[in-house]
Amino acid sequence: MRVLFKLVLLSQVGWQSFDHFMTACHGARPGVMVVFNLAAAVTMSAWCSETECVDCRLGLLSAPLMDLPQVTREVNGWAGVSLCSTSGPMAHSVRRDAPELPDFSLLKRLARDQLIYLLEQLPGRKDLFIEADLMSPLDRIANVTTLKQHDVDKLYKVEHKPIVSTSDQLCFLIRPRIKTVKWICDVVNADKAFGRFRRYKIIFSPQKFYACENLLEEQGIFGDVTTDEWSFYLLPLDDDIISLELPEFFRDYFLEGDQRWVRTAGSALHLLHSVYGPFSKVYGIGRCSKMAYESWREQVEEGEQRARQAEIGNVFLIDRDVDLVTPLCSQVVYEGLVDDIFRIKCGCVEFCPDVTSSDKSIKVMLNSQDKVFNEIRNEHFSQVFGFLSQKARNLQTAYDKRSGMDIKQMKTFVSEELKGLKQEHRLLSLHIGASESMMKKKTKQDFQELLKTEHSLLEGFEIRECISYIEEHINRQVSMVESMRLLCLLSLTENGLLPKDYRSLKNQFLQSYGIEHLLTFSNLKQLGLLVEQQPGETLTVMESRVGKLVNDKTAGKLTDAFSSLAKKSNFRALGRRLNLVPKSDEEYDLRVPRDMAYIFSGAYIPLSCKLIEQVLERDGWTGLEEVTRMLNGHEFAVTAGSNGSDARVKTDSQRIILVMFLGGCTFSEISALRFLGREKGLKFIVVTTAITNSARLLESMLDNHA
Amino acid sequence: MIRGKPDEDDYWNNSKFKAFTFDDEDDDFTRLKESKRAVNSIRSLVEEEDEEDDVEKVSWSGEPVGSISWSVKETESSIRSTGEVRDQSFPKIHTAPSLPKNSSGYSLSSLFKGKAKTGSFQSFSESFGDPSIRNYAPELRKPKSEYKDYVSDWTPEETVKRMQQGKVYSLEKFRSLQDKLLLLDEAVNAHDGNVITAVLIYLKKSLSKEILFRELITREIALRHYIHYLKEIGEQKLLVELFKSMDRTEDMALMQYRDHLNVRDENKRRDFLKNCLSFPFSPDDATHVQDHYTLLERQIIIEANDKQVESSGQADIFKKYPRKASILNMPIITTLYYSCFYHYGESDGTFSSPANIRKTFRISDKQFLLTCLGARAKLKAWFDVDALFTTKNWLGYTKKRSPIGFHRIVDILQKNNAPVQVLQDYVNLVEDVEQKISLAQKYKCHDVIINTYRDLKDRQQLIVYRGKVERSSSEYRKIEEILSNSQLRWKN
Repeated sequence: MRVLFKLVLLSQVGWQSFDHFMTACHGARPGVMVVFNLAAAVTMSAWCSETECVDCRLGLLSAPLMDLPQVTREVNGWAGVSLCSTSGPMAHSVRRDAPELPDFSLLKRLARDQLIYLLEQLPGRKDLFIEADLMSPLDRIANVTTLKQHDVDKLYKVEHKPIVSTSDQLCFLIRPRIKTVKWICDVVNADKAFGRFRRYKIIFSPQKFYACENLLEEQGIFGDVTTDEWSFYLLPLDDDIISLELPEFFRDYFLEGDQRWVRTAGSALHLLHSVYGPFSKVYGIGRCSKMAYESWREQVEEGEQRARQAEIGNVFLIDRDVDLVTPLCSQVVYEGLVDDIFRIKCGCVEFCPDVTSSDKSIKVMLNSQDKVFNEIRNEHFSQVFGFLSQKARNLQTAYDKRSGMDIKQMKTFVSEELKGLKQEHRLLSLHIGASESMMKKKTKQDFQELLKTEHSLLEGFEIRECISYIEEHINRQVSMVESMRLLCLLSLTENGLLPKDYRSLKNQFLQSYGIEHLLTFSNLKQLGLLVEQQPGETLTVMESRVGKLVNDKTAGKLTDAFSSLAKKSNFRALGRRLNLVPKSDEEYDLRVPRDMAYIFSGAYIPLSCKLIEQVLERDGWTGLEEVTRMLNGHEFAVTAGSNGSDARVKTDSQRIILVMFLGGCTFSEISALRFLGREKGLKFIVVTTAITNSARLLESMLDNHA
Repeated sequence: MIRGKPDEDDYWNNSKFKAFTFDDEDDDFTRLKESKRAVNSIRSLVEEEDEEDDVEKVSWSGEPVGSISWSVKETESSIRSTGEVRDQSFPKIHTAPSLPKNSSGYSLSSLFKGKAKTGSFQSFSESFGDPSIRNYAPELRKPKSEYKDYVSDWTPEETVKRMQQGKVYSLEKFRSLQDKLLLLDEAVNAHDGNVITAVLIYLKKSLSKEILFRELITREIALRHYIHYLKEIGEQKLLVELFKSMDRTEDMALMQYRDHLNVRDENKRRDFLKNCLSFPFSPDDATHVQDHYTLLERQIIIEANDKQVESSGQADIFKKYPRKASILNMPIITTLYYSCFYHYGESDGTFSSPANIRKTFRISDKQFLLTCLGARAKLKAWFDVDALFTTKNWLGYTKKRSPIGFHRIVDILQKNNAPVQVLQDYVNLVEDVEQKISLAQKYKCHDVIINTYRDLKDRQQLIVYRGKVERSSSEYRKIEEILSNSQLRWKN
């Protein structure tokens, strides 16, 4: 069979015929993919799987390319030519009806290949220092063998201490942080002082910052150190979760007002757009979303468009500060609860010995590959036990089949079923152990009472009782972060604390957890998480004043000055308008959830997800004017011009919605979106700057360490 | 690593971020010289590379073509941003920005195009302009001979764009205040924090701080970037001046206060905190900082004393319960707990006594009780626990009172493993009968349950309960006794 090739030289020439290219390359044979760059590879592999073309071997160029300048000229000469030789019957094979999630493993490959390239930029043996929080993401896309294969000798974690390496070449794989760069400067300068010569390379991920380079220059080592960027923007954590793994995004942007990650977010979107797009609709709310959209749009404009079939049709961008209430609620959906208690790190959790009922902890990947987990991750915790015990019974039955089997049946059983059963057994016992352990922990700290307080706060019911509950929580020096969480929830739902309460609670908090938390309170205030009610000014006056400023574009600077005032959460009014808090007297059957509120035991529909639902339903913000006004505006909805793909494809990709959370999202929100997806026949892909939860969010506000 | 690199380094070192002090008297002169040198170095670079053009192309294939290195390089360039690397045949651009060699690579047309400002969103169709025209047009517009003028040609908008794309740029030409501010505003308009900070670094070096501060007052976004940058590089002093000049005295005070965390030695830290007392905190915060100072001062005294007592082996309490950690830098409540644990019953006059701590730090009754209760219960000093709640009225009768519900007290006692005899006294004090029974059941205070049912004259419940206790137990006998008491008038 003659194989059809499309060669796309992205950012170089547009469409090329493979044959043309082949002629230019000596010795290359048809049937071997020749890839100029990875974006082209992506297009081709996507195209190949579409057409079920099996003969293509997607490889990077293997034939010796003797006359490259000539090829370059040739290729340049073809600029603007769009050729596509068609043959073979499978050019447009039948597509499946249900929207399938795009394959995101491609993103991992892109990242891995680029890393290898970067490592090769420092030829020879070298020691690699890796920033602590880059280690897990790195683990997801490469392993030690990969690194060793590319001359990495020893691996170290960046610990901001003097180093012991004896290697002549040091490579640093880091986030663009001043602190880490400072440490590298110290390392290099210490070497210099010792008269020791080494070669140094810093690989910044996902990008470098001028401030870092400036520091290198100031420390007199610019030039001694080479720098590079590893554009590892997106790490797929699961079939439907992609993370930028930038937990500092939240603090940097929302607290410090630093927009350094805006372009990063735009670039991440751009990558997704060029691989899985073109997107046809973009909705969004929040200042950062707007800026990220702009940045992405500019990058699209700068680059080239590729005519390919969209796998993702719609995009929804949302700022975390549009809804700060949701991430501060206790999570009660299984995956969220596991995250709250054991902390899922980069899709992996470490179960302690009391879960594993052995003497050592086990690291477990939690994703859709884990069949047991996949079935319970979105369930309310109260449903999980029942499910697990049913599952255990089934397993027992399956095992019991053995009795009464003859040798032959037994053989089949062992070869075909046993492995699966054993696997299931292992997973089952892990999750049962985890559930038990969580149950124990939660009963110990009077979880029910805590949840009751939270629900009261959400409903705006018995606030005085809530305050004394929080007070006692503080007085007894129970978990500091938990106390802070409750205080913030109180402030967000009540639009700030009464000055008297604020003073008294702050005082008690400082007494219980340390006076240096003055700094934390100042941060929480700055961000609008924990504020005093402004006496004298009614809400409506504030709103209209701020609203006016927001709408007036010329007053952009002023808007910012007022942004802290504008951070009123208006939670009660929003709750009423969007029906976020169902009436508490109604029974809520958690077995058969009727809406997204099930993720909070039926007490609250997450604002973030409700907005997404409403906007998708209305195909825009029409009718939500009052809501957006209360959310401080910055909403948008943009539609692309027609993009030529046929209607059926369009509807397929239209039903896949990419939701990007700027500042992090919780597993509960992801569960809610999965529920929404099932209800509406949609598929959601969550892209987030990081997976967050109340503890992570609040810990990022702490300033109490040197 | 790649040929031509030294040139770039020259360029960067000479021109861009030369170390610069504000105190420099003849900074204008230095800067002039600097800029001149920069321009010169650029020119030579341009010319050199111009000639190199063809050679460069060859060197692209210098690496063995089959290697991953070669192919992934392509990858890298395409991923970074498909737009910026149209000239990807020149790998230099990946490591550090270099000057243009092939004009087609710098799609200037995109810069000339009317740029959509924030807020107005171009439709996709508009932004997907015909690439082939857009990308190759500049080649016609800018013949190679004009390269030398590039540097001075870039408008603020172009400069910012180039910085965003990681291309070579030059800030030296932005010399008048107006130009500098235009550049800054353009960076802010581009929403790229990285570029905003880069411009601010340049302004920091090339403007006196008074002027820079003055201009930042009206530029909130830039100001926040500047503050964050100064925080990150640890330029405390400048930050203090900045806050001062903006009358943000509370921010200034807090920021200086924050520094105490960096002082390890407790005596120095105490002195530092003492120094903080004069900072312009808000009235509330001033009280807290005063407390912080007083607290550490006390802790140092207590720590020195207790350490000595402990090592000398004089006091039983330290022998029985050796201290697990020093009390230094612990919160007030922890200090109170410590004091209730090791220094209970000391006279009010001593710094380490609970009463003194309570008074000094204005600890509420509720809080005091909770902490004290926890400490005494931990020591199983049930007599002290009792005394906490006992009040005498004017007739001399004693009565137990508590500022917090007795169900909470029971909870705390239970968590400290109080024996049933102690627990039931407090369960009995719980007012709500249902709560009392449920607590009693939870903690197996049989007497309380039995007595409560008796008082409620609830025969049925008592019978039910009889079934729950062991036949041979004293509880069983007691229930039997009550049930057979003919004096009682049962309600059921």
